[in-house]
Amino acid sequence: MYLYSLTLQKSSCITCAVHGNFSGTKQQEIIAAKGKVLELLRPDANSGKVHSITTLEVFGEIRCLAPFRLTGGSKDYVVIGSDSGRITILEYIPSKNTFEKIHQETFGKSGCRRIVPGQYLAVDPKGRAVMIGAMEKQKLVYILNRDTSARLTISSPLEAHKSHTVVFSVVGIDVGFENPVFACLEVDYEEADNDPTGEAALTTRQMLTYYELDLGLNHVVRKFTETLQDFSNMLIPVPGGNDGPSGILVCSENFITYKNFGDQPDIRMPIPRRRYDLSDPDRGILFVCYAGHKTKSLFFFFIQNEQGDIFKLTLTVEDDMVSSIKLKYFDTIPVASSMIVLKTGFLFASSEFGNHHLYQIAHLGDNDEETEFSSTMLLDEGETFYYSLRPLKNLVEVDEVDSLCPITGCQVADLANEDTPQLYVSCGRGPNSTLRILRHGLEVTEMAVSELPGNPNGVWTVKTSASAEYDAYIVVSFVNATLVLSIGESVEEVSDSGFLGTTPTLHCCQIGDDALLQVYANGIRHVRADKRVNEWKAPGKKIISKCAVNNRQVAIALTGGELVYFEMDLSGQLNEYTERREFSSEVICMSIGSVPVGEKRCRFLAVGLADHTVRMISLDPSDCLQPMSMQALPTVPESLCIVAMGSGDSSESEQGVLSTYYLNIGLQNGVLLRSVLDSVTGDMSDTRTRYLGSRPVRLFKVKIQNSEAVLAISSRSWLGYMFQSVSRLTPLSYDALDYASGFSSDQCPEGVVSIAGDTLRILALEKLGAVFNQMTINLKLTPRRFAIDQQNSNLVVVGSDHLCFTDSTKSERKQQMAKEIIESAGDEEAELAKEVAESFMNEVLPATEFGEPKAGNGQWASCIQLLAPDQSLELDQDEAALSVAICRFAYKPDETFVVVGVAKELNLNPSSSSGGLMNTYRMANGQLELVHKTVVEEVPRAMAAFQGRLLVGTGRILRVYDLGRKKLLRKCENKNFPYRIVTISSMGSRVIVGDVQESVHFVKYRAKENRLVVFADDVSPRYVTATCFLDYDTIAVGDKFGSIAILRLSDDINDEIEEDPTGAKAFWDRGLLNGASQKANLEASFYIGETVMSLQKTTIIPGGSESLIYTTLSGSIGVLLPFTSREEVDFFQHLEMHLRSENAPICGRDHLAYRSYYFPAKNVIDGDMCEQFNALDGSKRRTLAMELDRTPPEISKKLEDMRTRYAF
Amino acid sequence: DRYNIHSQVEHLQSKYVGTGHADTTKYEWMNNQHRDTYASFIGHHDLLSYFALVDNESRERIRFVMLQKMLQPCGPPPEKLETE
Repeated sequence: MYLYSLTLQKSSCITCAVHGNFSGTKQQEIIAAKGKVLELLRPDANSGKVHSITTLEVFGEIRCLAPFRLTGGSKDYVVIGSDSGRITILEYIPSKNTFEKIHQETFGKSGCRRIVPGQYLAVDPKGRAVMIGAMEKQKLVYILNRDTSARLTISSPLEAHKSHTVVFSVVGIDVGFENPVFACLEVDYEEADNDPTGEAALTTRQMLTYYELDLGLNHVVRKFTETLQDFSNMLIPVPGGNDGPSGILVCSENFITYKNFGDQPDIRMPIPRRRYDLSDPDRGILFVCYAGHKTKSLFFFFIQNEQGDIFKLTLTVEDDMVSSIKLKYFDTIPVASSMIVLKTGFLFASSEFGNHHLYQIAHLGDNDEETEFSSTMLLDEGETFYYSLRPLKNLVEVDEVDSLCPITGCQVADLANEDTPQLYVSCGRGPNSTLRILRHGLEVTEMAVSELPGNPNGVWTVKTSASAEYDAYIVVSFVNATLVLSIGESVEEVSDSGFLGTTPTLHCCQIGDDALLQVYANGIRHVRADKRVNEWKAPGKKIISKCAVNNRQVAIALTGGELVYFEMDLSGQLNEYTERREFSSEVICMSIGSVPVGEKRCRFLAVGLADHTVRMISLDPSDCLQPMSMQALPTVPESLCIVAMGSGDSSESEQGVLSTYYLNIGLQNGVLLRSVLDSVTGDMSDTRTRYLGSRPVRLFKVKIQNSEAVLAISSRSWLGYMFQSVSRLTPLSYDALDYASGFSSDQCPEGVVSIAGDTLRILALEKLGAVFNQMTINLKLTPRRFAIDQQNSNLVVVGSDHLCFTDSTKSERKQQMAKEIIESAGDEEAELAKEVAESFMNEVLPATEFGEPKAGNGQWASCIQLLAPDQSLELDQDEAALSVAICRFAYKPDETFVVVGVAKELNLNPSSSSGGLMNTYRMANGQLELVHKTVVEEVPRAMAAFQGRLLVGTGRILRVYDLGRKKLLRKCENKNFPYRIVTISSMGSRVIVGDVQESVHFVKYRAKENRLVVFADDVSPRYVTATCFLDYDTIAVGDKFGSIAILRLSDDINDEIEEDPTGAKAFWDRGLLNGASQKANLEASFYIGETVMSLQKTTIIPGGSESLIYTTLSGSIGVLLPFTSREEVDFFQHLEMHLRSENAPICGRDHLAYRSYYFPAKNVIDGDMCEQFNALDGSKRRTLAMELDRTPPEISKKLEDMRTRYAF
Repeated sequence: DRYNIHSQVEHLQSKYVGTGHADTTKYEWMNNQHRDTYASFIGHHDLLSYFALVDNESRERIRFVMLQKMLQPCGPPPEKLETE
């Protein structure tokens, strides 16, 4: 079995983000690391949107990023710390829209190891040196410089190792132009390791060590070490040199301290806390991330704590000495992994879980009533400052970047009864959890919908002059009339446009510099700017059947297949070409390309004829109207459209960088063909075919991201466009349309005006590049598992959160706290205290914004949520719902039961609980009603319906339960599983049981003997998270470390079972490798790189073949596709092999080694790697293709075919 | 020659922390295993997210706690037995 792995949606979890001027222009950009993906984002200050400019899969784990700029330079480079055992410096090349490797230096083994650097990066603020550190011992410093031709150079590494030392954080201190200094938070464990009394470990303190790089002597010295009072997690460098006092801020639990060399005394202040916080008072507060901002005159930091509250931190400096730290509560946003303040006044926050946000900083919080806490304020020991929460005041959210991270589960089903199945994905954590329903398609925003009198048969938008930015008219054609609407504040009918209103229109557009053109059945109407009208009448009884128009050329087809051509001369006059051309059959459709910049005409006219052909006609004056090439079609064409696509980036297309003409042919059977037009000969080549829908395909040219795109309308509408230099064909998630045209106005610069039935709709396509269109349903708690009831199209989600109060406990605590407020007040303040308590009781802080209060260890809240109708049941405090199954028991076949596995007083580390419960609910009329609770000795973490009964895994026991009157009844059990059962899936009488550490076990249920027999298992230890059956003998297993394996039972295992109907042999014949007597074979294995959370074998496109779809915690969705022929496998294997050497992963990780991270990769070809072929430059592509005995377009086509056969 | 191999092994042991030798005690081995494991958890962002999600803590907190645990992951070392 060979599989092809493809990522449908890349990870959306930003682990680290940095900003800088990577293009070398004034514009600030963001580089975000999303696990194995590197992405360049550009926040647009005008529209307040974040645009993704390029994404690159690096096939390695990006652990940290650091931008730097050489002194005097204007362009930022980025250093990557990864698991490759190498340091990589990248430069972004705007003209190619790619990252390029400038330097790559090897220093150690690959992998996320303890002593191999790559975890920490720190750069000198002046860009003179970079330190790359490991979690323990090793630190290397590289000196960065320029050579004579101003290229970046990197020195050999200088060691700053210290054994037995765990590093917590590394930063580069701003020391101006003195020798670069790096500060590290370290803990030395040597003493603790050698002290049997255990005292040393308790007295070990963290140390702050400064390493100085002596640029003169070219070595690194440990300059200074000081012991810290408490453990710290983060260092923040303070601007130095001319910009500030230099030094660092040390963030520890509950405290923040300013430190510097010399005479500077430490300045320490407690971290303020929320006033009247319901959280466990013993919890400390940590700062999790910061963003610094400095201008010539001032600098400040935003620092965020674990609860999401941001503080603005400033330092007061007197005589170059810092005298105090000032903290002011700023706003509360979701907990971020990175925050970035941009010069344009925006704050980009990449959430550690959930959607990322871009905020506009409306106020800096300088002049408001918010109290400013200062380190000079005196506090008693153990006291701290308090602030009150409030909704956003200083920040205004302007954009949200969707992120599915963390996905906890996914199931593909068609509950909405559409022809395409939907993906139901549970994601998010805590109060921001959601269930998202994903459909393949582009989200469409409806800007306006208006009714029209009758059913139109065409719509166009017209500008008044070629230089106009926006469209002036919308022209709608009806059976017997034409309606002209002007676009302004509102859309109104006008009659002074010059268009003929009494006849239906075939086409109309702006032509020349400032003239308008209308083509109708009996003639062509050319309206000059001064409203002079030139008419051309169709000869005799012939009428115009079709036309094709661009800015300077008009081609019309008369009935009977006669072609007439006009071209505009310099005076703006339309002149008919002296000859006409007759075709043997009727012209059905025609299209002409747009005039290339700097030229007078487009040389190609495509004509689709009733004899199942498309002909290219030359419009060049030397051979005008001569045929150039022809393509035969399987059926009658419906529509043609020539678009010029090529460079996706708008700035480039302005420079006229070569773009390619594509001829799109829509056929009457609903198929779209797309061919590349040779720019000289007009030959059509590299034809791609795609089935779009059941109706004939109509094509319309629209503008997307300032470049031409094609909108194809069938029973579904599709948009073919270039995005990040990759051509895409994506369906629109919208109603079926009849006609469309590009639309551009002030409010909607790149929209579409369309006709659907008798309505005129203006649509905007905003989330370009998104694979899925999302529908979101909010959940209360982190979804752990969910189950789909196909019969009733319903869905049950169980959510539970650790360190969390249930609603009832919360209100109890609130009351308690209010009481304390009143009691603690003295007599004279009693009145005031009462008021405060009352307002506290009435205050509702939405948990979605401020987070849930954190309870103590071992406290849980759970809820069961039913989707339709929306119903949620809360469980008691400290009951954790961890599993769910929907079951129809054989004993009551017409009733649906929901069984929820609950842990009582679950403690995670060390793992313990006071048993479990199985709550059985009856689902009646869309309501859940509790039937009974069954007590079990351990936590039921996995359950599944099985032959009219219920299979439950509690701890190491697998049991079959049946429904009883007072509780579920045990029918059969097997107690021999190694640690803890986490997944169960079944097919027929076979069950696969996934263990938390010991991979899967194949179990056969013997109904006659009522016995569960483990007859085979796996030889590798896998930390199973998801399993699924591929067929009766083959399964897929996903694990915590990010590997997917396909296991198969060999034929002889099958036979033995059939021959041995008692199963007794397998049952007694234990002992091979401490497990079952028979072992499954490994068929395929692959490293995904992210924790696999779900696996399912299904089809995701209508008419597609079955594939294995997986989702990961980081929010990526991918598929594994089976190969159908040996030749294909060979081809892709060779392609992958060549790409590995020609296009080695950019961060320096060996591709094969990466895909074999925990288990050697076997029989899986990396489609993501193969698809990078399309991103290679032309010459590389050609040499590579030559080695494979193919042409580059053939390879691209094969790649596309592989994708579209199973997915999108 | 045996001496050369011996020095090579010693070099390895000093260069790569955690390389075992004939006299590695169970405690040392366990300590190395745990520290390596924590380092791997912190290095692979998805595993860190996994723990953060299960524990309902921030990723930074999980990272901080794991680093602190690296100080002494398996409790104090056993009393050294007097060698004869």
